[in-house]
Amino acid sequence: MSKFEYLMPSTIDEAISLLVSHGERAKYIAGGTDVMVKVKENKIHPRYLVSLRRLQGLDHITYKDGELRIGATVTHRMLELSPIIRKEFPILIDAVTNIGSVQIRNVATIGGNIVNAVPSADGAIPLITLGAHVRIRGPKGERSMALEDLFIGPGQTLLETGEILLEFVIPQLPPRTGAAYVKHTRREAMELPLLGVAVLVSLAEDRTTCTEARIGLGVLAPTPMRAKNAEALLKGQTLNEDVLKKAGKAAAEECKARDSIRGEAWYRREMVEVLVPRMARLAMERAK
Amino acid sequence: MKKAISFILNGNQIEMEIKPYWTLLHLLREELQLTGTKSGCESGECGACTVVVNGKAVNACLFPAVEVEGATVLTIEGLAKPTGELHPLQTAFMELGAVQCGYCTPGMIMSAKALLGENPNPTEDEIRHALAGNMCRCTGYTQIIESVKQAAHAMTSKGEVRPRKVQ
Repeated sequence: MSKFEYLMPSTIDEAISLLVSHGERAKYIAGGTDVMVKVKENKIHPRYLVSLRRLQGLDHITYKDGELRIGATVTHRMLELSPIIRKEFPILIDAVTNIGSVQIRNVATIGGNIVNAVPSADGAIPLITLGAHVRIRGPKGERSMALEDLFIGPGQTLLETGEILLEFVIPQLPPRTGAAYVKHTRREAMELPLLGVAVLVSLAEDRTTCTEARIGLGVLAPTPMRAKNAEALLKGQTLNEDVLKKAGKAAAEECKARDSIRGEAWYRREMVEVLVPRMARLAMERAK
Repeated sequence: MKKAISFILNGNQIEMEIKPYWTLLHLLREELQLTGTKSGCESGECGACTVVVNGKAVNACLFPAVEVEGATVLTIEGLAKPTGELHPLQTAFMELGAVQCGYCTPGMIMSAKALLGENPNPTEDEIRHALAGNMCRCTGYTQIIESVKQAAHAMTSKGEVRPRKVQ
């Protein structure tokens, strides 16, 4: 059994200070469903685990003046059961409902999911599609950035030593905006996705012209990505079958699908072509 | 360096010293000899180690033991009444053939217990969703799901679980 000390700071600054003082030998832990697995598999060997679980002020879900703020230690289960999220951000329900199991979601935090930074992260794709920003605090103070920019490679983020994710901020979306996410899997549950597709559309007053389109793709690049070429094909257009089909094709072409243990590139590209229009249709319905 | 923790386990106040790197599963099985909770995959995938902490189902294999400080923990050993009277979930699993080898059973029952605590009248889809993190290699799940339905019915109607009729 790997041995470590388990430290339970009571404030964010105390946590940062503890982490920095132990440097390479320490690692943050929140829900533990990623960290504990890595420790058991001997992929990491921290001598100290600095727990973020009981820190105050990081577990809020607030929706005010159209702006949504989700604290980093909010669990996936809290999101799944939140009346605010269910009503106003169903795309996030699409995302979290099938992450792991109830047992995992009860402790696993959305912040941890993002910081773990796997290209398949079901939490990340919808959040970047919603235009989320992240607030971060570290030894040098606080900073913010677009969530999209946080990821630099599989398992890698721009977070520096000691930095903690504080919260996700989703700025107010335009009126008549709908968004949907699909996690494409082989099984009904307990699986990482073969690919993930999120689509957000905003409709003009006529409810048929698209004023804003965002397409987020997961497992189709080293990091969560936006299909910007496909988005450009939707903006300003009436979203009929033809337009959606073209966008699906464009997204399939611009993604960097690869062969992997769960599926092959050709299949992933074909599914992008199917799922982008499908999620766009669902997003349009939600927009109305 | 040992840590002192204080928590409620199956209705009893426990004060003890633990090693900081123990998981809750290790604490229960190896230190407290409560071997009803099983070790399966040790990675949060199979659910055999499911216990209920503060009303929520969690995988004990990934739960740092230190984190039970101040919490209420329920394991399979804590379901039956002190008189020995079984919980309706336990009766249902026995009567409806939901137990074959029995290895998944404590985890299944604890997941179901947590579900019924949050949702006393779950639909079949809700039961399946709640138990998605518990794997069974033997039964094919049908009798397990039926048992949860029957137990829910018994608990809400204050009736008994109806045993299978003997042919």
